[in-house]
Amino acid sequence: MNVLHYINLFFSDSTHWHGYDGIPTRLAEHVRYSLIALAIAAVIGLPVGLLTGHTGRGGNTLSLIATAARALPSFGLLVLMFVLIGFGLVPVMIPLVVLAVPPILVTTYEAMRSVDPSPVDAARGMGMNEANILFQVELPVALPLILSGLRSAAIQIVSTATIAAYVSLGGLGRYIIDGLYQRNYEKVVGGATLVAGMALVTLGLFWGIARLAVSPGVRRSN
Amino acid sequence: MNDWFRIPSDLQNSYLGLIGLHLREAVIPVLVGLVVALPIAQLCVRLRWLYPPVLWVTTVLYAIPSLAFFVVLIDYTGQTETTVMIPLGVYSLVVFVPAIVDGVRSVPQETLDAATAMGLGPVRRYLQVQLPIAVPAIIAGLRVATVSSISLVSVGMLIGNQGALGNLLNDGQIYHQPRLIWLSVITTAVLAIVVDAVLVGVRLLLTPWMPRGTRKARPAEDRPEPAELVLEDAAR
Repeated sequence: MNVLHYINLFFSDSTHWHGYDGIPTRLAEHVRYSLIALAIAAVIGLPVGLLTGHTGRGGNTLSLIATAARALPSFGLLVLMFVLIGFGLVPVMIPLVVLAVPPILVTTYEAMRSVDPSPVDAARGMGMNEANILFQVELPVALPLILSGLRSAAIQIVSTATIAAYVSLGGLGRYIIDGLYQRNYEKVVGGATLVAGMALVTLGLFWGIARLAVSPGVRRSN
Repeated sequence: MNDWFRIPSDLQNSYLGLIGLHLREAVIPVLVGLVVALPIAQLCVRLRWLYPPVLWVTTVLYAIPSLAFFVVLIDYTGQTETTVMIPLGVYSLVVFVPAIVDGVRSVPQETLDAATAMGLGPVRRYLQVQLPIAVPAIIAGLRVATVSSISLVSVGMLIGNQGALGNLLNDGQIYHQPRLIWLSVITTAVLAIVVDAVLVGVRLLLTPWMPRGTRKARPAEDRPEPAELVLEDAAR
């Protein structure tokens, strides 16, 4: 009953490393689902968050939308979309995007609101237009917080993308769902380890992105 | 109209019974998580070096998919409610620990000094000064943890119908009744929103010293809760 024992069994079995149900294939599928979902969520959440944060209007509406989106159960939404739409990637993407938009939206808004107003006023006084103020003054300062919102969304997506397997798609959730029905704990534990590992890699990636993208001046003042 | 709320008899529960079960499975673990997080957070406040590793551990635990967590636990606790509740309690730590640590740390040094000067010992100072001031941050964490817990209970359906309202998802599929799936999703969402609103009310009751917000003062108070930010902190 030792979890470590199962992890060892799972990863040392060479049949787990080849073919359509092999670890490389499932991992690639999982990465693909996660990236698509994160990209869609970012395309929705970032512009809205940046604009509302810049103007400072619509905070209440955002808060309402975020609460409502967070209240929707991911698993229930998946089953509902599967029944309504049928087999495919779309019924999986909808719950993942609904899950990821609130953290991105709310953190981006908060990040823009927490920018010190005096440099913004100075920039406006120097005659910069609103777009330049947004992208050259506010965005660099707000970037660390915005990235942390994206990171939190990414980790939730990676962990939740396992539900794709419930509607007959691939990904690392395959091991967990199949293992459950086959009463094969080795598979379940192995799949869970891979997902947790992928979440850790995501954390590391975002740490790296933050090091590269955040201006040294902003980093020092934090 | 009543047809909408009729529940297949295999679930052995009425609609209201399922709601009660769902609430119990979601709320108990979060409350236990809160009680466990308080001493952990206090340790992290006292021993600063402990904070980053604790955050890493809670984040890794949080990243374990709930279904895998359930399945592993079946060996120890069987196909029961407990199996669903343990992971939910563990997940709540990722929200609570940073929320409480930040809340307790945000108490100004002058306030602490004043409490000491008034003769409060460390225990009473913690219970009567630090904790009450940290209440808004703790409630913000409680809101995020409870709402996500309510959403996750449904996954318990996969381990032998332990998912309360989530069990309707399975019945909806096997009996080809989309109505049951709609019922499950909508009820769960409404439940989460209602509980969220109740927690906001609790915060207003517990922090009578904070501006109560007439219509005009609202915006500042209703800004998106720092709750999300609390979760972001988890992996910092």
